Amino acid sequence: MSAIAVEAAPGGKPVKPRRSREVSWGNPLTYFIALVFIAICLAPVVYIVLGGFRTNSQITKHPAAFPSPWEFGNYLDVLKSATFWGEFANSTVVSLATTIGVVVLGVMVSFVLARYDFAGKGALYSLFAAGLMFPMTVAITPLYILVKDLGMMNSLAGVIVPQIAFSLPTTVIILVPFLKAIPEEIEEAASIDGASRLGFFWRMVIPLSLPGVVTVGILAFVASWNSYLLPLFILNDQSTFTLPLGVQAFSSQYSVDTAKVLAFTSLSMLPALIFFSLFERRIVGGLTGAVKG
Amino acid sequence: MSETLSTDHAGRTLQGTSEAGDARTASPASPRPARRRAGRARLRLEILLLAGPAVIVFLAFVIFPVILAAYYGFFRWKGYGAPTDFIGLTNYKLILADPQFHQVLYHNLFIVVLSLIIQGPIAVALALLLNQKIRGRSVIRVLIFVPYVISEVIVGTGWSLMLQDSGAVNDLLQHIGLGALKASWLSDPHIALWTLMGIISWKYIGFAVILMLAGLQSIPEELFEAAAIDGASYWQIQRRITLPLLGPTIRIWAFLSIIGSLQLFDLVYIIWGQYVASTAGTSTMATYMVQEGRGAGNYGYGNAVAVVMFLISLIIALIYQRFVLRRDMQGAVTEGRK
Repeated sequence: MSAIAVEAAPGGKPVKPRRSREVSWGNPLTYFIALVFIAICLAPVVYIVLGGFRTNSQITKHPAAFPSPWEFGNYLDVLKSATFWGEFANSTVVSLATTIGVVVLGVMVSFVLARYDFAGKGALYSLFAAGLMFPMTVAITPLYILVKDLGMMNSLAGVIVPQIAFSLPTTVIILVPFLKAIPEEIEEAASIDGASRLGFFWRMVIPLSLPGVVTVGILAFVASWNSYLLPLFILNDQSTFTLPLGVQAFSSQYSVDTAKVLAFTSLSMLPALIFFSLFERRIVGGLTGAVKG
Repeated sequence: MSETLSTDHAGRTLQGTSEAGDARTASPASPRPARRRAGRARLRLEILLLAGPAVIVFLAFVIFPVILAAYYGFFRWKGYGAPTDFIGLTNYKLILADPQFHQVLYHNLFIVVLSLIIQGPIAVALALLLNQKIRGRSVIRVLIFVPYVISEVIVGTGWSLMLQDSGAVNDLLQHIGLGALKASWLSDPHIALWTLMGIISWKYIGFAVILMLAGLQSIPEELFEAAAIDGASYWQIQRRITLPLLGPTIRIWAFLSIIGSLQLFDLVYIIWGQYVASTAGTSTMATYMVQEGRGAGNYGYGNAVAVVMFLISLIIALIYQRFVLRRDMQGAVTEGRK
């Protein structure tokens, strides 16, 4: 992970002008292999989505088959259930709060690490970098006890705050190079124009580091949306469940009703998928800078 | 890791200033000497305000729990009140002597090695393939990232339904005339670990491919053009230019993969549940930790397992960085210095 610190140019690489003449159809074999790989990647997802459109008897008789006829009741039932929307709301609150927290705290501390000189700066950076070595799995039991002692059990805040803390290392390591890459001249110009360091931070740094911020924001959002271990320990009350816990509770509660479980499952993965697909280009762009050898 | 990075930063700090002790005044704010003294206090306040919140949250919820885990590991403790029953290294001795722990450790190492062997070559091959200028490249990228983006719970739920004895996979095998290959994918102890490997590869290979693609795109195009002009064939170019230059990315991916494999929890816990995993032979250090710790109410023991797991990861990570990533990190340091 640490090595992601390598170099991140703001905005990734400039998009090369598209020379359409050079984009040929290429080798058919390439497409064939790509298609096979995509099919393997998508088949289970398609199975889950289509399974939701089938009835249980269809699934029992022919586990691997298309819906015939299409059954919309499962999806409608899930969409009408208060449980799904409650868990959806919890997941949304947790993910948005985590994302905002990570971005705000991360940009602030990365700015200090990138643009200030002070004793202990190296140590501070190393502290965050070392944080990559502490996955949540290792700290989960004491974390659970800490959250319990703070009286945050069964509250969304009990999930949000630790998630922010554990996302900080990645954020710092991606953002610091971004902020370092802002030319000194811009800062000097701002200072000649009478802007303080903080003024420079607000007016120049935030807009200029936006690509990096978007990348860490999306990564934090998706990670939080999918997070399982921490909510499993902290949230025991069904009304506070996030969607991953909800999916599991639902699938053990309705274990006979496979079709409905599949409908519930596919609806709960949609937001992260949509969110990610919209911003995918930005993430790969951000990482393209970051993983450069 | 932290060592390399810290020297890097120390080096950078020293480079920017003439004396280390004078570091604060030698900041880019120095063009205003008249305001230097007031500026210094102000600077300190700014640093405190900007870095403070993140540092506090990080220390309280990441570093402190890790230290607590090490502390609790020395106690026999049920999780209520303050731990008082100090038992020294007993928990650690029990862990290292427990045959079940040996087994989960073996599972983790198996997953580490096979993840590298299976995912690495496939990911490199696919990245080379997808790095060609072909149509629909951006769509393909979004699609191969899908398994990585959906949550472990969904992956687990979906696969465990498909892999049931009467599930879709066996049904499909029957349909295409391979009924002989039908198996109890999840419960047969001879197969379950391989099933887990299959699911892990499916879930995480997209990430490896994207990482490799990002690495490939940072190789300057001129190199390929020059080689092509010199008459090198496609395969020669890949072997002599692409692969060596992709080396750092591959090694970084391998590092991430190793750490991830050692900490594997979600998928196993969701698919096999906390009790079936040990009979099916897929339990990992993390599921062992949860089962013996929180599950059995022995919080002290659970924390000791966490510490052992952390130390194993740390040792492997340090060895890896010392011998494999070393050159990359040095490259990283010089490249990062802009």
